[in-house]
Amino acid sequence: MKQYLLSVYQPDGGRPPAEVLDPIMQGLQRLNDDLRAAGAWVFAAGLHAPETATVVRVRDGQDLVTDGPFTEGKEHLGGFTVIQAPDLDAALRWARRMADVTTLPIEVRPIAS
Amino acid sequence: MTVEELYRQEYGRAVAILTRAFGDLDLAEDAVQDAFAAAVRRWPVEGRPPSPTGWILTTARNRAIDRLRRAKVGVEKEALAMAMGDDEPVTGPFSDDRLRLVFTCCHPALALPVRVALTLRLLGGLTTAEIARAFLVPEATMAQRIVRAKAKIRHAGIPYRIPAEADLPERLRGVLAVVYLIFNEGYLASSGDALVRDDLCAEAIRLGRLLVELMPDEPEAHGLLALMLLVASRRNARTAPDGTPVLLADQDRSRWDRALVAEGQAIVRECLRRNRPGPYQIQAAINAVHSDAPSAARTDWSQILQLYDLLAATAPSPVVALNRAVAVAEVHGPEPALGIVDGLALDDYHVYQAVRADLLRRLGRTDEASAAYARAAELTENTASREWLLGRLT
Repeated sequence: MKQYLLSVYQPDGGRPPAEVLDPIMQGLQRLNDDLRAAGAWVFAAGLHAPETATVVRVRDGQDLVTDGPFTEGKEHLGGFTVIQAPDLDAALRWARRMADVTTLPIEVRPIAS
Repeated sequence: MTVEELYRQEYGRAVAILTRAFGDLDLAEDAVQDAFAAAVRRWPVEGRPPSPTGWILTTARNRAIDRLRRAKVGVEKEALAMAMGDDEPVTGPFSDDRLRLVFTCCHPALALPVRVALTLRLLGGLTTAEIARAFLVPEATMAQRIVRAKAKIRHAGIPYRIPAEADLPERLRGVLAVVYLIFNEGYLASSGDALVRDDLCAEAIRLGRLLVELMPDEPEAHGLLALMLLVASRRNARTAPDGTPVLLADQDRSRWDRALVAEGQAIVRECLRRNRPGPYQIQAAINAVHSDAPSAARTDWSQILQLYDLLAATAPSPVVALNRAVAVAEVHGPEPALGIVDGLALDDYHVYQAVRADLLRRLGRTDEASAAYARAAELTENTASREWLLGRLT
């Protein structure tokens, strides 16, 4: 079994209205239940908006704290799920469902262990 | 059969079998290369073994075990290696190891150029230098591309497996597209000085034969092979002695390779009997009609137009519409054909400009035709094509 990080990239900006968001959250709930039932679920979390992020750097022993996410962009990481799957095809099948539910692109990356 | 011919024929199979046994593409490749190197050294001295392929496989397996021992990977992999030969139960719709390798090389998680490079490397046994030369990239770039692809297969867990029945049609389309891309790169070199790269065409046809052998029930695999054979049959008539291209209509048909025509046409007839048409089979059928005509003037254009209608309905695309327009021009004249062509958003495609130029020329709109020929010449990166197009200007 390999572990994969499934990252959801969402456009920056306000929270979508309830009629858009609610079915998505319900769909994600169902997906998480199915992942658990299949023994594929490891960990999942949603993130607050990228404006709430803070980046810390250390240069020559001095720490530098800046407001905002690591990169500027129109999309940012909005949440992630860690799953375990026998191979990439299995991970891609879960990712496909997640992309369908969230209507957002899902990046699949193997976790090095 | 020389060792080199044996290498071309059996490299992919040997790598595929060893990959299943050891679960490691790099190890499989290194071991198979070791075995062929040993064959080159020993066969001239000791004589050829009764079963060269068996000898290569056994030697490669022993080399792989030696390598594993030296790398001290532990008893588990070694035991796995020793058990090789006891075939694991076959699952999925097919059983051939090479087919697993085809689907691994052509996995959609790999970029298209990477799929092409891996297929040529692992199935065709082409060296990195040969692939780099064929696609006009520096050898270091191609080497890096292949190393990265293998790393992705390993780290991301791209399975060495034939996809499940449900995923098969989509994945098969990708596999056929890779082989056709290799053929087209050979037949209609997009850049460089020569118009045709025979080595790539030959390799694509070899891969096409392999797919038909591995997937005898897939009509589109047969269609692709027939298409490549029929197109390749015109190879000798397609270029003038000075290297410039000769259009289909102007080709000396006695120079077509009759054996390839016959083989391609036989496959097309078989496809017609199956009656499960797909884009490659239809394109093969169009080429079969061309091959049937004793002269360009006696080409059955109405049949070709019907086939293009079918193709446009099955796999619509602007390029299909462009080719269909050429048939329309033959059946209904250049005027309606130009009407179709002018509605296509293919301005930056040199073939589009060349077709448009020809239609304008036939309609007597000389200045516009010249402009279109000039634009076509500007758009092609192939020297031979460009010179031909510039020649049409005067």
